[in-house]
Amino acid sequence: MGAWQTRAEHQYQDLADKTGFSFEQIKNLYQRFQQLSGNEETISRENLDCMPALANNPIRKQIIGAFFDKRNQHQDEVGSCDQIGFEQFLMVMSHFRPPNLRTTDEEKEAMRKEKLRFLFNMHDSDNDGTITLAEYRKVVEELMSKSGEIGQETAKAIADAAMLEVASINVPNMGPEEFYEGITFEHFEEILKGLEMESRMHIRFLDVDTSTMRCGKSQS
Amino acid sequence: MAPQAFPDAEKANLPVFTMDYARIQIPFEITLWVLLASFAKIGFHVYHKITIWVPESCLLISIGLIVGGIMYSVHEEPPAVLTSNAFFLYMLPPIVLDSGYFMPTRPFFENIGTVLWFAVVGTLWNSIGIGMSLFAICQIEAFGVQDINLQENLLFATIISAVDPVAVLSVFEDISVNEQLYIVVFGECLFNDAVTVVLYNMFNFVADMPVVEPVDVFLGVARFLVVGLGGIGFGVLFGFVAAFTTRFTSRVKEIEPLFIFMYSYLAYLVAELFAISSIMAIVTCSLTMKYYVEENVSQRSCTTIRHVVKMLGSISETLIFFFLGVVTITTEHEWNWGYILFTLLFAFVWRGLGVLVLTQIINPFRTIPFNMKDQFGLAYGGLRGAISFALVFTLPDHIGRKPLFVTATICIILFTVFLQGISIRPLIEFINVRRTNRNLDTINAEIHSRIMEHTIAGIEDLCGQWSHFYWKDKFLRFNNLVLRRILIRDNRAESSIVSLYKKLELQNAMEILDTVTGDISTTPSILSIYEEKKNSGKPKKKFQAPDLKNMHDILSKNMYRIRQRTVAYTTKHALPNDSHAREILIRRHTSIRRSMRPGSFQSPDGPKSHKYFSLPAGKNLDSKFPPGRLSVTDDEETMSETAYPSRRSRFGQPSRPSSRGMMPLRRLDTLTEAPSVDMLDENQRRGTSRKTSSSSDSRIPAPRHQLHSPVDTDSGSADNLRNGHQEEEEEPSLPPPSWAVEPRDNATQNPLLRRPQWNPKK
Repeated sequence: MGAWQTRAEHQYQDLADKTGFSFEQIKNLYQRFQQLSGNEETISRENLDCMPALANNPIRKQIIGAFFDKRNQHQDEVGSCDQIGFEQFLMVMSHFRPPNLRTTDEEKEAMRKEKLRFLFNMHDSDNDGTITLAEYRKVVEELMSKSGEIGQETAKAIADAAMLEVASINVPNMGPEEFYEGITFEHFEEILKGLEMESRMHIRFLDVDTSTMRCGKSQS
Repeated sequence: MAPQAFPDAEKANLPVFTMDYARIQIPFEITLWVLLASFAKIGFHVYHKITIWVPESCLLISIGLIVGGIMYSVHEEPPAVLTSNAFFLYMLPPIVLDSGYFMPTRPFFENIGTVLWFAVVGTLWNSIGIGMSLFAICQIEAFGVQDINLQENLLFATIISAVDPVAVLSVFEDISVNEQLYIVVFGECLFNDAVTVVLYNMFNFVADMPVVEPVDVFLGVARFLVVGLGGIGFGVLFGFVAAFTTRFTSRVKEIEPLFIFMYSYLAYLVAELFAISSIMAIVTCSLTMKYYVEENVSQRSCTTIRHVVKMLGSISETLIFFFLGVVTITTEHEWNWGYILFTLLFAFVWRGLGVLVLTQIINPFRTIPFNMKDQFGLAYGGLRGAISFALVFTLPDHIGRKPLFVTATICIILFTVFLQGISIRPLIEFINVRRTNRNLDTINAEIHSRIMEHTIAGIEDLCGQWSHFYWKDKFLRFNNLVLRRILIRDNRAESSIVSLYKKLELQNAMEILDTVTGDISTTPSILSIYEEKKNSGKPKKKFQAPDLKNMHDILSKNMYRIRQRTVAYTTKHALPNDSHAREILIRRHTSIRRSMRPGSFQSPDGPKSHKYFSLPAGKNLDSKFPPGRLSVTDDEETMSETAYPSRRSRFGQPSRPSSRGMMPLRRLDTLTEAPSVDMLDENQRRGTSRKTSSSSDSRIPAPRHQLHSPVDTDSGSADNLRNGHQEEEEEPSLPPPSWAVEPRDNATQNPLLRRPQWNPKK
């Protein structure tokens, strides 16, 4: 494996610096990437769409979309791409690293902001920087779509109520002619201020070799 | 009595006044004791400041000490409550049921590893550590306790190392530490019972034996598994049976609460029968049962259950502490300075060490590691209480130094409850342990919690790595597919978001109801009108006390409608500092009412500007609504768009969203309104702009689903919500209504829905 090995390590070093994962984690994720992409260089939406495990997830579209969203790449581009490589895959995953005992408070704050940003991007499907009512409604509808016969009106009602909440929290003194455009990122942060993200938005990436574990979709 | 003078008279006259104390003695005394303890409890709360600094448990023990002193001086024996079966069979179950029933399930299951770790390993560590050290102390001749052998020391150590749920909870309730810490302390003290039972029985058993063999240790481990898993198993079994039973109790609503109590108690007793951990049985029973039962039973039963559980728990706790004080004075003591002081010292030291070591081991596995302050809280919060006391009394008498053990146990209990209990609050504040706002009840928070969960589950599926989200997901799916079908009467999988939403709406409705009666005198007639429409011909006074739920349903439907229409006004209303969701909705409603007073109304654009649909122009507000008016079709359209199926009550409300239901509140709003407005054209506009939803009316199924307090305990128990709610009573003095009923042109929609003017797509 010689030369390939060193090249891979060199690459991994790069990735490890950028994303904060360890080598083992990157190796495991790379294996997973290979599985998902069918041993190709990039993953397209179709690869992810046909994962059976995701089928039951109500917000799978948003999740899949998040991978292809350029805003999650920590660069300042917007828009979406059709195929992502391993590096982009890792960048998206890096949003979910858990804090450990060594992370300082500023780092924790930054991580929290990152995670909130990720969520925000998931909602803001048209990349205009605000979550409009229509977008929010869509999110709520999707969220409720799997949990029984909740009517569309209910979802709408709930989305409305949520937007009202945001409006009241953030802009309590709106003038008579103004209306609430949409949730900006600052407002989004504000309404989720009390919510503990550390315990919810992280994945414990394994450090061990998972090649013997069956993970999801099998390659034909 | 006359017959004395005639000793040979066989017949006695009828006694006019007799007394037979012996017959009623036991229930009478019980009642008196309960009343006495409860009076003490009332007394504490007269001076509100006391209970902030001194936990109630201390106060109760003090009162108990006083009463005990009195009884001792008159040479009365207190009732043998703590020293016999009465404690374990009657006084302990209600408290544990209370703890288990109101345990927040989501944090509990997320932290279950840590909880079990501390409960099992921590108790083992403490017991063995303290036992060994005390045995070492016993070897020192100066203290004169050499006759206590190792087994007895270990037995004693087991008794005093058990952290007591009663004491801990009564102290931790008031200090709002962060959720993780709370749940770990909470869970630990409930679940260490399994270990305590096993160790106690084991050491009791081997205390007789001269020699302990390895096979006994092995048997001990096996026994522990039996005890622990057996307790959980029985609990879950009884929980499911209870849930299943409540599926069929819709016709006997009055006795629904009974099933809860009977099944929990049965779980407890059966566990006691097999000498397995009864506390774990009853806790798991109530955990399992709660979720399903609260969906099956009626609203009233649900409230009753909660209240009774709380009441019984409170009574038991009061009595236990009280009797702790009483019996302290009246029992036989043996004092030994060395032994007792070292017991205190070792208990403290070993607990601290234990927490330290165990946290170091488990922190890497935790998502939110415990920092030093948390560990301090954990260690310092290990109070001992009445369970230790009762256990020491049930020690077999052949143990020679039983009175010494009793004294030492009492000392430890008093020390921890008083010293640690009183000082823990200032200390926690001083060192600034992380707090959590446990009442995050906004809809946004709930929605985003769910979104995050799904996101994580999805990403985990993508990377093929699973953590407890995966299991939770799988369990929820299993729950929805299998368990709910079997155990719940009306199986409609309901999202917790919807539950929260409905809960908030119901709160608002009740809030409005509470504040309405001062405002509007037509409240009775509102109801009467509603009822009249429902069953025409019935006389009005039958509905003086209508079903609360019907009322709430009416109001809640109307609340929602009002809110949707008046969203425009909301934005102008300056909310005071509180940004809580409830406040938002409440104030909006109040402002609506305020704004409808004559004179406060500024309509820049004239009649078209009103968003309240109301009487057509010219109608007299005081007259009853003629039925003919109800055929305003647009009302129904507009109603249908917001009437979602799950809103229907079970009590036979018409399945059509009844505009009759709407009418009353309309009246409420427009009662003092000077100009009457014509909303019909507006409604028509709205109707047409929402024509897609008008068909939803026919989709609304027959009323079967009930309105209930949400079963989702994620957002804290409804008690918390209720209490918090009442604290946020709206002030009547709202800022002067700068409400302009703003004109909405063709769209007639609230700002958020101004779709035509918004162009979100670039």
